Amino acid sequence: MSNPAMTQSAQLEPAEKDQSQIEQKRMIADHFERLARAKAEGKKVVYTFVPGNLTELIGALDMLAVLPEINALQSGMRKKSAGYIAEAEKAGHSEDVCTYVKCDIGMLKSGNIGPTGTKLPEPDLLLLSYTGCFTFMKWFELLREEYKCPVVMLHVPYQTDGEITPEMREYIVRQLKDVVIPAMEQVAGKKLDMRELSRRLQLSHRAEDDLVAVWESARHRPSPIDGYFGGVYYVGPIFSAFRGTEDAVRYYQMLRAEVDERVRRKEGPMTPDGPAGEERFRLVVEGPPNWTSFLDFWRMFSREGATVVASTYTRVGGLYDKGFRHSPDEPLESLADYCLGCYTNLGLPTRTALLEDYIRRYEADGFLINSVKSCNSFSAGQLVMLRELEKRTGVPGGFIESDLVDPRYFGKANIENRLQSYLQMLEARRGRASA
Amino acid sequence: MTDSTASDPAAEVLARCLALYEDMSFSRVRRWKEAHPGGLAIGALPIYVPRPLLEAMGCLPVSIFGGGDQLDVIRGDSYFQSYICRIPRSTLELAMGGQLDVLDGMLFPSICDVIRNLGGIWNMLFPERFTAYVDLPQNFDRDIGGRFYTGELRRIAAGLVGRGAKPPSDEELRAAIRRENSRRRVLSELSALRRREPWRLRASEAYLAARAGSVLEAQEHEAWLRELLAALERREARAYDNVRVVVRGAFCEQPPLGLIRTLEAAGCDIVDDDFQLGLHFIEGDIEEDSSIDPWTALSNAYLDRGVATSSRYIGEATKGDALIESVRAAAAEGVIFAAASFCDPALLDQPMLEAALDRQGIPHTSLKYAENSGQFQVIREQAGAFSDAVKLWGSAA
Repeated sequence: MSNPAMTQSAQLEPAEKDQSQIEQKRMIADHFERLARAKAEGKKVVYTFVPGNLTELIGALDMLAVLPEINALQSGMRKKSAGYIAEAEKAGHSEDVCTYVKCDIGMLKSGNIGPTGTKLPEPDLLLLSYTGCFTFMKWFELLREEYKCPVVMLHVPYQTDGEITPEMREYIVRQLKDVVIPAMEQVAGKKLDMRELSRRLQLSHRAEDDLVAVWESARHRPSPIDGYFGGVYYVGPIFSAFRGTEDAVRYYQMLRAEVDERVRRKEGPMTPDGPAGEERFRLVVEGPPNWTSFLDFWRMFSREGATVVASTYTRVGGLYDKGFRHSPDEPLESLADYCLGCYTNLGLPTRTALLEDYIRRYEADGFLINSVKSCNSFSAGQLVMLRELEKRTGVPGGFIESDLVDPRYFGKANIENRLQSYLQMLEARRGRASA
Repeated sequence: MTDSTASDPAAEVLARCLALYEDMSFSRVRRWKEAHPGGLAIGALPIYVPRPLLEAMGCLPVSIFGGGDQLDVIRGDSYFQSYICRIPRSTLELAMGGQLDVLDGMLFPSICDVIRNLGGIWNMLFPERFTAYVDLPQNFDRDIGGRFYTGELRRIAAGLVGRGAKPPSDEELRAAIRRENSRRRVLSELSALRRREPWRLRASEAYLAARAGSVLEAQEHEAWLRELLAALERREARAYDNVRVVVRGAFCEQPPLGLIRTLEAAGCDIVDDDFQLGLHFIEGDIEEDSSIDPWTALSNAYLDRGVATSSRYIGEATKGDALIESVRAAAAEGVIFAAASFCDPALLDQPMLEAALDRQGIPHTSLKYAENSGQFQVIREQAGAFSDAVKLWGSAA
């Protein structure tokens, strides 16, 4: 399944950097340095997935997280993914399956060099947070074959009806207590300190408050943020190794202050070419971005004056703008609710309702689906969502297709044509409405 | 009696099975409903749902395998991108064409993202119909996963009761479990016969016999299977000089019957497979003992004796061990991986299974299909080359 980024690549850096971006870059560099020193310092390394990640638990046990999805998207940004995917396909992996998996396998077979150019440490534990994506299970089975290390499974039930039942919560909490935490303690060589876990969850809560304020800022006109391309930066720390840390709290305070300042100045978001010009279109986007041509993709929007005011991709690692917060008072229960609420763990009707809410709440002119070949968890059903959303809101939808990290499926001219036609249609519609 | 019936004692029952297989209007289900006023027919996507629970509630479980190669998919295609497998398209086509109107509800078991999301699509397109997701646990501890699963079963049962199904008594549930066990024992006898004398019961015939169970109650299906078994004993058959193979990867979207026959024609005796795996999903009997709560018995069967397949987490077990055991048990000489195009679970599993076979020196080959594949020449050549190679050199090289 697809996931947001710790954005590190030089090619992704917009023309001007906010202080928060500089801070994020430092945080990521520090994290990869810690990973590089992990084995020498006796630190244990846990590989896990972004949706349903248990970062506070990992941190409370003094272990370090590696997120293979992020390695894959980083490889896409650094133009390495094509080679890695070819390597995996040569080794027998089907052309039909998730390119994140193949990119990760190919990277492993090519020396496992991470985004900062240093070799990533091998995992001491594969923490299979099985949340919203069936491929996750296969992915870690494949990695287990390579690394010969233990795997611990956390099965997160699917929220078919948009409701967390006590049985779902209890099932997860029991797994945490009886299976996951004991397995983690064994690898960590220490017992979990529940006070430390609660302290970290309190920090998560604070960062989540600030992130939600950032999302909410898109109700302003112009929106001071781009909630999709820019949103990828914003979710970087909280979706990855930093939730539950002072670093994350500081980052989100800084980000919120910058956004508040842009609101005060009535400024739009930053784009790859500098500050955004006039806000001509407000869009909601469903589906992950393409990573191999991320900047090109972003510019297709920003150069047309299209700002994304909300996106669902930025909710795969946690859905906070509907009220959920990690809670220090009920640590395991709140970890359970967090996992259950990740975007791709929600049934299609709930996902559709969320998009409908975003379209209305952020007064979008249109909504666009970027359907990626690699991710059936996202993609299967998107055409039904499209029809349903048009019916419910009267707002026209657009549909484009690409892939996460396989450049063979990013047809730049085709996507650009489709997007421009779509925006022209929105423009014409607006003209008719005002005539 | 037809000429073929006269010469082949199994022909008549197999012809009945074929008729059910080809009947895309589910007329058998319609007849069942006429004969059981108030009874609900509940469709289920692959791989596994606990059928005895449905039968105990006076429901007919109906396995839905899409439209196969007999259905033009037009409307269904408009709901799915080109890179998604075919079974959700043809299933939706059946629904939009009215063929599934006979069903009072649909169950979508947790097997992959596509089938899961198809359940969501169903909810949105047919909000008036009963739809339930069957979240099969990946934790196999009775006190954790079992507790959750039993709760899931009770939740689904309550939903069905809300639609008019009968609340199942423990005794009715035990009786349904007994019927299911009995049916599955005959299926096992057929499987044993196929392994022993594959020329007496071809895989394509065994397929049809099992497939009839998609629309028949366990007891009636068992009667058909017994009829077939008795007929096969009388059948005159001679051994072929074929290669014995296991087929894996076809547990959800089904290959067309023509493909199975093509493999046979290419010199392969399919002595074990995972076609329409649901009926074989539990190894051995479900507990029938009156001292055991039947809900728990259903749960224990899934937790303790569910077969190793791609959508089931295997914990600390070694990937491929179960397949190798199947190869050995069936005295097979090779494995054919036959997966539906874009089938994530099967295709992601395949490299690990191939590696396990390589370590044991077991030959294998792989192919992909769609349920409506119509050209088998290439597959015939590939399977033929594989069987020749295995026969001549004991390897696929």
